[in-house]
Amino acid sequence: MDLVSTLALLAKGLVVLLIFLAAPLIFVLAERKILGRIQSRRGPNRVGPLGLFQTVADGIKLGTKEDIIPPAADRVVFWVAPLFMVIPAIAAWSVIPFGPMVEIGRETGLWITNLNVGILFVLALGSLNTYGPVMSGWSSNSKYAHFGALRSGAQIISYELTLGLAVLAVVVYAGSFSLIDIVESQRHMWLVAPQFLGFLIFIVSGVAETNRAPFDLPEAETEIVAGYFVEYTGIRFAMFFIAEYANMFLMSMLVTVLYLGGWNGFTIPGLEGVSGVVWTMAKALTLMFGYFWLRATLPRLRYDQLMSFCWKILLPLGVLNLLVASVLRMVWS
Amino acid sequence: MPPYIGVAMMIILGLAFAGASIVGAGLIRPKHPTPGKMDAYESGVPPTGDTRGRHHVRFYMVAMLFVVFDVELIFLYPWAVRFAQAEDMAEKVTMLVAMILFVTLLAVADIVGWKMGVFDWSKE
Repeated sequence: MDLVSTLALLAKGLVVLLIFLAAPLIFVLAERKILGRIQSRRGPNRVGPLGLFQTVADGIKLGTKEDIIPPAADRVVFWVAPLFMVIPAIAAWSVIPFGPMVEIGRETGLWITNLNVGILFVLALGSLNTYGPVMSGWSSNSKYAHFGALRSGAQIISYELTLGLAVLAVVVYAGSFSLIDIVESQRHMWLVAPQFLGFLIFIVSGVAETNRAPFDLPEAETEIVAGYFVEYTGIRFAMFFIAEYANMFLMSMLVTVLYLGGWNGFTIPGLEGVSGVVWTMAKALTLMFGYFWLRATLPRLRYDQLMSFCWKILLPLGVLNLLVASVLRMVWS
Repeated sequence: MPPYIGVAMMIILGLAFAGASIVGAGLIRPKHPTPGKMDAYESGVPPTGDTRGRHHVRFYMVAMLFVVFDVELIFLYPWAVRFAQAEDMAEKVTMLVAMILFVTLLAVADIVGWKMGVFDWSKE
């Protein structure tokens, strides 16, 4: 391992960390603006030109707030829980490809590392996302937080199954766990075409995994205030927020990579060098818009509907999708 | 370069970010605890009791079913890669039949849970 490739790796890591930190700043603002427009309001427009610095101001506010740990709480678990949210959320980015191999002095891929078990690694870190909510909710020793944790735990593990089933069908087509290989295998046809049902299952499960509307029961404001992080203040609260938005963007990138062909697309005139990155980002940002659109449009599900939808509809559909995908794959190849 | 170095680096960067922001905010944030602030938040009403009580058994049932299904899924992952790379038709058919038998077991678990009413959360 020579010096240049070490420095290149470090540089990539810092860029991804920057994206990770900028994502909530940009997406919270975008979400509030878009929600405002959909509801015939203007959204935030006071801080800076067009309200562009609203989330920066919010961030500074959160950083300077008092850090309250309730005496009834389990201090150690309470302290560790935000780390369990942030660290898996950031580690998962190490296998996400932003673009194809490019020439920057030497050949290098626009990803941090190409694990041969890439998608399995992302799913494993997704499982760790159960721990953050459950630990924070249990340790807070507060009723709203407790209910939020129970709901979140049951919801995340249920929808993780359907997410895994949808990914299985993708692996049957691509023949590899590596996210880079999966993108390469879609050079001629995006997987959304043969795997449309799997695409829908993945999107529904992905929205549920990230605790977003219409599946945002773990943090339903009208019932349990903020759910599992109700007792958190200041910078620790900010960490739950950062992790949530980073996970949403991660889920959008995953859908892009698994179903929408990643960086594949025609070369955009005038942007020859960065065409792949532009395609990846355009697809992922469109999916992010979908998240905000869903939130503005759909009412929240009831909890019993949420659970029976997963186990009675999505899971059988996921199994069916896997069977059909396997048979088609066998006949075609 | 060993591929897991990148993963280790991101975990370290994540720890560094989280540690730096908690410590950094600790330098500037105020600390004036009052009894009201330290209470559990229950919409402004003084809290009654704590949460270390009993909760509904159906959460446990869902967790058990999850373990069953998740383990089965894990076994299907190596199968999927091998199936995609299989060359001749006979091998593929064998693998497909094996998978269908395996998934049938999964379906039985789902149906048993269904009949037991594990997924009917609104029923008393």
